[in-house]
Amino acid sequence: MSHWIVAPTLLPALTAAYLILFARNDIFHQRIVSVAATLMLVLVAFGLYQLAGDGESRAYLLGNWPAPFGIVQVLDRLSATMLLLTACLAFIVVVYAIHGWDRRGRYFHALFQFQLLGINGAFLTGDFFNLFVFFEVMLIASYGLMLHGGGPRRLKAGFQYVTINLIGSTLFLFAVGIIYSVTGTLNMADLAVKAGQVAAGDVALLRTGALLLFMVFAIKAALVPLHWWLPTTYAAASAPVAALFAIMTKVGAYSILRMYGLVFGADAGPLALVAAPWVIPAAVVTLAIGAVGVLASRTLLDLVCFSVVASMGTLMIALGLFDEVGIAAALYYLLHSTLAGAALFLLVDLIAVRRGRARDRLNAAPPFPRDYVYGGLFFLAAIAMVGLPPLSGFLGKLLVLDAARETAHAGVIWATVLGGSFLMLVGFSRAGSVLFWKSAAQPPQEEEDEPRRRMLPTMAASALIAGMVLLSVFAGPVSHAVTATAQQALDTRAYVEAVLGSIKTARATGL
Amino acid sequence: MSMEFLLASAIGTLTAAGVYMTLRARTFPVIIGLALLSYAVNLFLFTMGRLVVDRPPIIHPLATTYTDPLPQALVLTAIVISFGMTALIVVLALRSFLETGSDNVAMREMNEGANIEPRSGEAPR
Repeated sequence: MSHWIVAPTLLPALTAAYLILFARNDIFHQRIVSVAATLMLVLVAFGLYQLAGDGESRAYLLGNWPAPFGIVQVLDRLSATMLLLTACLAFIVVVYAIHGWDRRGRYFHALFQFQLLGINGAFLTGDFFNLFVFFEVMLIASYGLMLHGGGPRRLKAGFQYVTINLIGSTLFLFAVGIIYSVTGTLNMADLAVKAGQVAAGDVALLRTGALLLFMVFAIKAALVPLHWWLPTTYAAASAPVAALFAIMTKVGAYSILRMYGLVFGADAGPLALVAAPWVIPAAVVTLAIGAVGVLASRTLLDLVCFSVVASMGTLMIALGLFDEVGIAAALYYLLHSTLAGAALFLLVDLIAVRRGRARDRLNAAPPFPRDYVYGGLFFLAAIAMVGLPPLSGFLGKLLVLDAARETAHAGVIWATVLGGSFLMLVGFSRAGSVLFWKSAAQPPQEEEDEPRRRMLPTMAASALIAGMVLLSVFAGPVSHAVTATAQQALDTRAYVEAVLGSIKTARATGL
Repeated sequence: MSMEFLLASAIGTLTAAGVYMTLRARTFPVIIGLALLSYAVNLFLFTMGRLVVDRPPIIHPLATTYTDPLPQALVLTAIVISFGMTALIVVLALRSFLETGSDNVAMREMNEGANIEPRSGEAPR
C-alpha cells in the first residue's frame, strides 16, 4: 500500500502546525512556507492522480488497523481528481493572497493550510464518522478564514454562517447515530454491503438516517432551500477566501456522489438511490433561483455569488441523474465551475479596488487605468460562467443537456438550463456594459489617486481563466477521464473489494 | 417507567427546546439553542449502542454480553467539537455585538452600499 495516499492530509497539517509554532510573527517566512507547501501539494496530488489513473481503488489503513474496524482512506480516480483540483486552486489562491490580503489579520496561512487539510481529508476518507471530523476541520478553518480581515459585516455574516453549519453538524451526528444503530458500522464500504441486507423493519429508520445525511450535504452544496447562507457568506468573505470556498460547495457535491451514488447506490436493495428523487427537483429550483438572483443583483459581488448558486444547480442536475453519462457531465462541469467561480471572485476584487469609491456597485464610475485588461478578463470569465462558446462552460452545459436528453425530466431540465443561462447572460451583459462601457463615458479619474499595482494578482486570476481554456482545448481527453471516473465512482463492488479485501492483503504481506 | 422512555423523552425535550431557541432573533438565545441541540445529539449518540447496564465495554473472560464502546468514543469526539464550537460562537457573538452595537442575528441594517470595504486588495508597489 502506497504511503503517499496519506500525504495530502499530513502535509497541510504539518505545515499549519509549523506556521503557528515557528513563523507566527514573520509574514515573509509564512508566505514562503505556505506557497512552497501548497506547490508540494500540487505535485503530490498530481502524483496521486497518475497513480489512480490505472482505475484501481486503493485503500490506506491508518495504523494498519484492518477495515472496517480502523479508519481507512481510499484513493480512486474521483478522489484523486478532486485532490488535484483543490491543490491547483489553492496554489493560485495563495499566490493571490500573498499580495496584501494575508496581512489583514493573523494566521491567514495557518488557517489556509488547515482548510486544505479538511478538504483533502473529506475527499480521501472512507469512513463517514471520519468524514464528519474532516468536515469539522474544514469548517473550523473556514470560520477563521471567513472572518479574516474583520469588520462588522463579516462578523454578522460569520455568525449566521457558523450557526447554519453548527445545525448542519448536529444533523450530521443524528444521521450518523441512526445509521450506526441500524447497521453497526461507520465504514462506507461496509455500509454499502450492509445497506443491501438491512432487515425489513429497519428500512424506514435507515432511510431517515440516509436522508438526514443528505440534508447535511445539501447545506454544504447550497441546494435550495438550504442555499441562503451562500450569497451572504461569500459576499462578506475576503476575495481569496471566497475563491477558495469555491471548492467547498463541491465537497458537498462530492459527498452526495460518494454516499448516494456508491454507498446507497443502485445495489443497495430497498434503499437503492434513496436520495435520487430529491436531487433533481432541488437542483432545478437552485438553478432558477441563482439565475434570478444574478439578474436582481445590484453589486458585482452579489452577482457572482448568485452565479455560483446557479452553477451548483446545473452541477447537481447532472449529478442527480446518477448514471454514468450524468456523473461524467457533472464532473466536467464541477472542474469548470470551480475555476470559473474562483476566477470571478478574484476579478471582482481586482476591479473593485481599481474603481475607487464606486467599489463593486453596478453603476457608472470614472474609468480606471488599463480597464481594457480587466474588461477582457471579466468578459472571458463571464462567458465561461454563463456557458457561451467557446469556453468550458458551454461544453459543460452541452454535456449536461446531452446526459439529460433521454430521462423522464428532460423537458424541465432543458428549459431550466437554457432559460437560466439566458437570464445569466442578461445579468452578466448588463453588469459588464455598466462597469466598462458606461463608465468609459465618465470623466477619467485623477492620476494621483491611482497607486501603481503589482501584476501577480492579475496573473493569478488569469491563470484560472487559462485553466478553463485548457479545459476547453483538451475537452476530449478530459471527458474520457471523467467518464472513466464516473464508471469507477458507481462501481460499488470494486470499492468494497478494495477496502474490505485489504484485510487479506494486510495479512498476506505480514505488515 | 423504562430507561429507554426516560432517555428518549429527554432527547426529545432537549431537541424541541433547542430548535425553538435557535429560531430566536438574538444571538444569545441562538447560542443556548445550539448548546441544547448538541446535548441532545450527544445523548442520542450514546443510546445508539443500545442501553445496557453493568456490562463491560472490552473483552473479558467472564462477560457474557457487552456494551458497545464505539458510541462512547463518538460522543467524546462530538463533545470536544461542540465544546470548541460553542466557545468560538460565543466570542464571535460578543465581538459582533461590540462592533455593531446590536445583538440581532439579521443583517438588515448592513445591506446598503458596496460589499467590499474601501481598502486595497493589494499592497501598492
